[in-house]
Amino acid sequence: MEIFSTAFLVALVAGALRQTTPLLFTALGGMFNERSGVVNIALEGIINFGALAAAVTVQLVEAPYLAHDPNARIWWIPWLGVLAAIVVGVLVAWIHAVVSIRYRADQIVSGTAVNMLSFGLPSILLLFLYGNTSDSKDVVHRILPMDAYLPFLRDFFSTPLGRILDQSPLVYLAFLLVPLTYYLLFKTPWGLRLRSVGENPEAADSLGINVFWMRYQGVLLSGVLAGLAGAYLSISELNHFTRLMAAGRGFIALAALIFGQWHPLGILGATLLFGFAEAFRILIEGTGILPSPLIQAFPFVLTMLVLAGFIGRARPPAAIGKPYEK
Amino acid sequence: MRLVPRGEAPALFVAAVSLLAVLLAFAASLVLLALYGASPWEAIAVVYRGVLADPRGFAEVLRRAVPLTLAGAGLALAFRAQFWNIGAEGQLLVGAVAASGVALFGPGEGVAKLVLMAAVAFVAGGLWAMVPAYLKARLAVNDVITTLMFNYVAIYLVEWLIHGPWKGKSVFGFAYTDRFPASAWLPLWPGTGLAWPGLVLAVAAAALLAWLLGATKLGFEVRVVGENPEAARYAGVRALSTLLQVALLSGGVAGLAGFVEVAGTHHRLLAPLQISLGYGYTAIIVAWLGRNRPLATLLTGLLIGFVFAAGDVAKVALATPFQLVQVVNGLILFFLIAAEVPIRYRVVWRPERG
Repeated sequence: MEIFSTAFLVALVAGALRQTTPLLFTALGGMFNERSGVVNIALEGIINFGALAAAVTVQLVEAPYLAHDPNARIWWIPWLGVLAAIVVGVLVAWIHAVVSIRYRADQIVSGTAVNMLSFGLPSILLLFLYGNTSDSKDVVHRILPMDAYLPFLRDFFSTPLGRILDQSPLVYLAFLLVPLTYYLLFKTPWGLRLRSVGENPEAADSLGINVFWMRYQGVLLSGVLAGLAGAYLSISELNHFTRLMAAGRGFIALAALIFGQWHPLGILGATLLFGFAEAFRILIEGTGILPSPLIQAFPFVLTMLVLAGFIGRARPPAAIGKPYEK
Repeated sequence: MRLVPRGEAPALFVAAVSLLAVLLAFAASLVLLALYGASPWEAIAVVYRGVLADPRGFAEVLRRAVPLTLAGAGLALAFRAQFWNIGAEGQLLVGAVAASGVALFGPGEGVAKLVLMAAVAFVAGGLWAMVPAYLKARLAVNDVITTLMFNYVAIYLVEWLIHGPWKGKSVFGFAYTDRFPASAWLPLWPGTGLAWPGLVLAVAAAALLAWLLGATKLGFEVRVVGENPEAARYAGVRALSTLLQVALLSGGVAGLAGFVEVAGTHHRLLAPLQISLGYGYTAIIVAWLGRNRPLATLLTGLLIGFVFAAGDVAKVALATPFQLVQVVNGLILFFLIAAEVPIRYRVVWRPERG
């Protein structure tokens, strides 16, 4: 494919929107827990668990229908997978929340424990269900791109602009969450309370705000969103779960959170940057201009450079990482 | 019932509670095995016969414990200085790369060559940790994220080398380097797979770091910085220089672990997951379990080494996946975190008065 042709640009922009989506979900989720004062490096693990839950749920639920009729297509099955990813994401986040809020454990260590479990546990379940330790069975019921839901726009979706916009509904949801979370965080009393427990929990407490409960909500919301990121990866972008599916996205999302200054609009910009970088990497990799491992390292190097070049302006919530003692 | 914070818990109590947590994690793992369809009793018997009662099996525990203790002792030092080094995995890998470079293309014969390999591995691992440390001290860049990013960069560096410029001429389709010349192999304990110089290195590193932390100016500065950064500034501790030295040592010993893996076990540079098996990440548990005391990582490294060796034996005898090791390690970490509660709080059964 020639660079700077229309086809390349369409592929780049469409790919960038797809690559931005899981980062955006996860970074917006991380925004809630960090704004409430809790560090959550378990996001990487939550994406893995969410992706696993979505793919396994869809596969197990669709199997009897497909056995009955191989052409069966049931609209609610993929959404059940999404729901499963959210539920599992919340459960895993809840573990991190209990450990770091209630028991005031070290949040980095707790997050590491979650991540380590997410590297190992899926293999055991996969072996039990599918007889191998790395992949789930392919699913038929995916969250498809928009043209599957809006057949009357099929002509539009074959134009260049249409091909960019022909994305999974989850992509649209991720971008819609930017104004939504902005409103929630900055325009509602709930958002003010969440931010206050992350900035000055003592003062918030003295005003009668339940610091623990606000922090639980922050962490559980991050579980919802990182779980969605996982579902997007396993049953929308792809059609199965594969081990280590998050592939560092949880960590890059944390960097985007800092680069985006814990603000939805900043996070949108930062994740778009990393999304474009990743889409560019994928396109370049196909051309064989550079050895592929070097290109694969690119997003991680870029993340470092961005953080290092972004001097002194990032100011995290004041009470971040510090357990609150009443 | 309510929890009341207590002062410093007695050391024996801490050790007992930690041990109980580890045993509970093992019990939980056995329950998991039972759910999976394997007999827990058989698992215990298999592990006892294959690991504890068999000298060769026990040598495997030591072989696994060496990189875990090396990396873990370094992390203990780093965590003491509030340097959140989650990058031991990457530091281990670049140590392996540097040692392999010397082994394949470098000068030297015999012991001198091995010493040179160890030295460059130490420096490479140290430098790999010093970049994030510098960024943290100078630009306040989050060290958790930078050290994590550097892990991925190290992984792809190894991938690139073994697929590209360092791909062996005699290995046909495989992605790894040629075998090291015999002079770059660490000697083995007879009849086992254990490279005994690695064991010496691990013990020496743990002891040296403990001495450094307890009895030198750097150690004092680390403890002050770790416990009270404000006071450290008033006392004139140069945070940058302290942090860089800590990073050099912490990353350096992880680099040594990489040297031991390639020179002692593999005798070539190969895929990142084959070199390390997640030792760098697992070393976080080793340090945490040792309460960030370098000497204690000798014991905790041995314990986690046992988990790895047991996972190997179970894989062969019970056909369990090797990833079971990560699950057991994750469970150990969780039970240890839970153990913090009785260590830090007393349970009082009477209601609060007034």
